[in-house]
Amino acid sequence: MKISREDVVRVAELAYLDLSEAELEMYRTQIDEILEYIGKLNELDTAKVEPMAQVLAEDQTADATLREDLEVPCRGAEQILRQAPDPEPPYFRVPKVIER
Amino acid sequence: MAEKWTIGSVGEAIAAKKVSTRELAGEFYKRIAARNPELNAFLALSPERAYAQADKIDGLVASGKPLPPLAGVPMAIKDVISTRGVKTTCGSKILENYIPPYDATAVERLEAAGAVILGKTNCDEFAMGSSNENSAYGAVRNPEASDRVPGGSSGGSAAAVAAGLAVAALGTDTGGSIRQPGAFCGVAAMMGSYGRVSRYGLIAFASSLDRIGPFATTAGDVAEIMQVIAGRDANDSTSTTAQVPDYRAEMEKPVKGMRIGIPKEYFGAGMDNGVRQKIEAGISLFQQLGCELVEIHMPHTDYAIATYYVIATAEASSNLARYDGVRYGLRVEDASLLGMYRKTRGSGFGAEVKRRIVLGTYVLSAGYYEAYYLKGQKVRALIARDFQEAFTQVDAIVTPTSPVPAFKLGERTNDPLQMYLADIYTVTGSLAGVPGISMPCGKIGGKLPVGLQIFGPAFGEARVLRLAHAFEQGGGATL
Repeated sequence: MKISREDVVRVAELAYLDLSEAELEMYRTQIDEILEYIGKLNELDTAKVEPMAQVLAEDQTADATLREDLEVPCRGAEQILRQAPDPEPPYFRVPKVIER
Repeated sequence: MAEKWTIGSVGEAIAAKKVSTRELAGEFYKRIAARNPELNAFLALSPERAYAQADKIDGLVASGKPLPPLAGVPMAIKDVISTRGVKTTCGSKILENYIPPYDATAVERLEAAGAVILGKTNCDEFAMGSSNENSAYGAVRNPEASDRVPGGSSGGSAAAVAAGLAVAALGTDTGGSIRQPGAFCGVAAMMGSYGRVSRYGLIAFASSLDRIGPFATTAGDVAEIMQVIAGRDANDSTSTTAQVPDYRAEMEKPVKGMRIGIPKEYFGAGMDNGVRQKIEAGISLFQQLGCELVEIHMPHTDYAIATYYVIATAEASSNLARYDGVRYGLRVEDASLLGMYRKTRGSGFGAEVKRRIVLGTYVLSAGYYEAYYLKGQKVRALIARDFQEAFTQVDAIVTPTSPVPAFKLGERTNDPLQMYLADIYTVTGSLAGVPGISMPCGKIGGKLPVGLQIFGPAFGEARVLRLAHAFEQGGGATL
C-alpha cells in the first residue's frame, strides 16, 4: 500500500477539499493503484538527466519573454465584481478567517 | 441547402449570394435544435452574438467589400475557452454561472476572420477525461454510434463537427483531448506545437501541456483555422515568436520521398485488431503515395502515461486552487473563510477533478516531490529526446491515435487507470511539445471510426498538414 487514509486526509487539507468518508476511501484505493503504476518510472536511471521544467521553443529562454515594466490600464473591475458571489465594490466580501 | 459544408464551400456560397450568412447560421441552429437533445454536444448557444456577426458579414457582401478568410463559417467553441458575454462552465458546477468578461485570443482571431460562433460545446470537467463522461452536464453521445462515447475531453466539439452541427470547432488538447475524440468521431483534429497557438483565455488545466486546436471535416479546413489562430500573442509569454507559414500553400507540396517513422512501441499487444487493420492500410497508403517507411524506436513510450499523470495532475492541483468561492463561480457559505473554501471545492468539483487534485497535491507535497514530480520531469526530458532523435532520421511519425475505437458509455467509468491508458498513444506527443493530427482512417465494420495520428517535429505543422492532406486526397478516410 503506497498511500494511507491519513495521507489522503492530509492532502485534502492542503487542497482545501471537503471529502466524505466514502470519497476518502474511494480515492485512497484508486490513487493507491495509480501510484503503483507510476512506480514504473523508477525503472529508469535518470541520475544524469536534466528535468524538463519548461517546454521551450528555439526562440525562448527559461526566463521567458518579459515585457517592459510599464503601467498599462486594467479595466473591467466593475464587470468582474458584478459576477462575484458577494461583492461590495470595490471589494469581494468573504467570511472572516477564524483562527484554529 | 447543402448537407455538408466546408470552409471553402461556405465562402463560395456567401460570396455568390447563394445563401446569406444569417440564413446559414439559422440552418445550423435548426440542426442543433434537432440533434442536440440526443447528442448533448452543445452546452450553450450564442444566437445574439452569432446573428450580429452574420449581419456584419452580410453587410460586407452587400457592399462588395472583400471578405475575411473565415467569413460566415459556423463554428463551435469548447467550454473551457473564454467567450465574452457567453457562459463558460468548463463542464463544471463550480463555474455554472460564470460569464467571462473577455474573449480568448483564439476566439478573438476567429471572429476577426469572420467566423460565426454558434455556441459552447460540452467537455469533460476542466478538460480532465477521455470520454466526455466527466461533464457535470451529462455525457455526449458519439454521432456515429449513440451507445458509445465521442472521446474526450473535447467530446462536444468532435461530435458537433461529426454530426454537421458546426462546420468546424475549437477544442483543447492536454494529453490527447483533441486527437482522440477526433479519432472516435471520424473527423480531422489537430493540436499544433506547444506555444503555436496562444493560451490566453484558455481556462488552465496543465500549463505546460494545454493547447488549443481545430476540429474540421478536412485537413484543408484544419489548416485554414490554424492559419487564423496561430501566432505570437503578447498576452501569452509561452507563445512562440516564430512566423506562421502559409499552411495552405505548404500542404499542397508533394509528399513523395518523405520519410515516415513507424515506432514499434506503438504497435504492441494492447491494440484492437480492427484498429490495427485500418492503421496498417493507412501506412500502406503512405507507401503508395511515395513515402519511405522507416522502422524507428522510441524506447520511453511505455513510461509516458505515468509521466503524464504525475505532471498534469500536479499542474492541475495548482491551477485549480483559484476556485475558492471568492471572486467567481459557486460559493457554498460557511462561518469561516477556510470552511467556505473546503465546502465550495468539495461540492463544486466532480469526482475525477477531485481525484486529480488529490493525486497532484500528493506528488508535489514535501517528502514526495523528488520521488514523483522531479522524477516525472526527468522522464519527460527522455520522452522529448525520443522524438528529437526520431526526427533526425524521419520527417514525420505515424501511429494509431488510440488503441481502441470508441468504447461504450459506462464501460471505463469505474476504473480510472483503464480510462487513463486510453491515452497511451497521444500523451507522448503532449509531453514532448510536438504537433500532432488525427485523420480519419476508415471505419471498423463500416461503422466505428479509426484515427491515424501524424506527429511532426516542433513547429513542423506545415509538414504534418502536407501529409494529412495527401493521405486524405489518397482516400485515407474510406480505407
